[in-house]
Amino acid sequence: MPSASVTLLNARAVARTISRMADEILERNDGTERLVLVGIQRRGVQIAQRIAAVISEREGADIPLGALDITLYRDDLQTVGPRPVVGQTHLPKAIDGQVVVIVDDVLFTGRTIRAALDELADFGRPSRIMLAVLVDRGGRELPIHADVVGQTVTVPPGGRVDVFVPELDGKDEVTMVGGGT
Amino acid sequence: MSLLGKDLVGLAGLSREQITTILDVAEPLREVSERAIKKVPTLRGMTVVNLFFEASTRTRISFEFAEKRMSADTVNVAASGSSVSKGETLVDTARNLEAMRIDMVVIRHASSGAARFLAERIESNVINAGDGTHEHPTQGLLDLLTLRQRFGSLEGKRICICGDVLHSRVARSNIWGLKALGADVAVCGPRSLLPNAIGEMGVQVFSRIEQAIEWADALNVLRLQLERMQAGYIPSLREYNRVFGVTRARLEQAKRDILILHPGPMNRGVEIDSDVADGPHSVILDQVTNGVAVRMAVLYLLAGQKASLADVAKGGAA
Repeated sequence: MPSASVTLLNARAVARTISRMADEILERNDGTERLVLVGIQRRGVQIAQRIAAVISEREGADIPLGALDITLYRDDLQTVGPRPVVGQTHLPKAIDGQVVVIVDDVLFTGRTIRAALDELADFGRPSRIMLAVLVDRGGRELPIHADVVGQTVTVPPGGRVDVFVPELDGKDEVTMVGGGT
Repeated sequence: MSLLGKDLVGLAGLSREQITTILDVAEPLREVSERAIKKVPTLRGMTVVNLFFEASTRTRISFEFAEKRMSADTVNVAASGSSVSKGETLVDTARNLEAMRIDMVVIRHASSGAARFLAERIESNVINAGDGTHEHPTQGLLDLLTLRQRFGSLEGKRICICGDVLHSRVARSNIWGLKALGADVAVCGPRSLLPNAIGEMGVQVFSRIEQAIEWADALNVLRLQLERMQAGYIPSLREYNRVFGVTRARLEQAKRDILILHPGPMNRGVEIDSDVADGPHSVILDQVTNGVAVRMAVLYLLAGQKASLADVAKGGAA
């Protein structure tokens, strides 16, 4: 039986949520100075771009944007095997002494963020690293938490949260496909 | 289901999808070599043995960089100065290495088929770094990546492989790989250095370099091994250069810009002139850069892939 898909955020709600996340990032950082946004491939990159656009509108300053692909830092090569898709990693400039905000779509086990922290350390030593996620769905397997959360949801066992971004999916929404296989 | 299986023995038989996946993975891996810390932890704890029974500088160093940048531990074994020079067989050498718990073998060997022979007899992943006149798959892949970066897609692009096709494993890997990606392939060289049945590989044959230049979007200029002259395949190096050399004067006759590739090491003034090798359309050093990325991609995609029981049984029966 196909399980029902519930819309958590529609396009307008996604826009509002991203706008609030941008405000929270500015508040926590007290402005845009030394701020660098780094999106995790793939959908974190698009969300980081949207947050950056809101910030530049609010503050009149462009902030550096980067992309991080964590495939080569995963901890499951031995168990799951190689993934045939590797994305581009690109950091805007030296991140030493900067405030780096990692941006991702969904925070679940925390393993992706663990990998992202390891990868960032290979590029330099930021003065601070923060984590901003559009959806926190719980279920952590590592001691990792987000500083800025768009929406918190409780997902039943076996359930899934899907984030769709216009650039890759042609639609702009967040859905939950309920558990109960 | 693994994408490539346990080994990379050659490009013959690989599908467009498989080759495209390797190139797609190689593309972002170029970035690792641009970092201040040129290393990712992907293959931490894996041991790779570079088993080179034939001289090689570029390929061996490129593999070693690729392995180290993926954090694998590496051991180099050369034929001279090892038990191979005492008469140990290839399989015994490899099994002894396996008894010391290795994960992958990169093999270069003078005999065609050596890589497959080994792959069917050991559990470790085997990567062919050139076997006789058979295949040199990672060279083929780096040529494909270099061409794809310049052309976007290889579909319908005209690539001519020039020179000693008869003895060239690079030529064979190129032909199979290029055709899988939809390119039109031709060869050009003296009849004595082209295989008799070359037409059966589905390639055009040009007997004059001027025709090849007229036709092609890119030339892959093979190294003319100097021993070929002693063996009587060509009259002299000077005559080879006069008739088949890729020179600036010849390229200036072409209607379009032609990309120039060469697998190295070059004989300047024989198969290729210096002002072509160093000219604006040469992508020879891009090939070298791409070589490391392509080998990183192959190491990554083969990591941990084990032979299925069926494959092992097939190998045993062969």
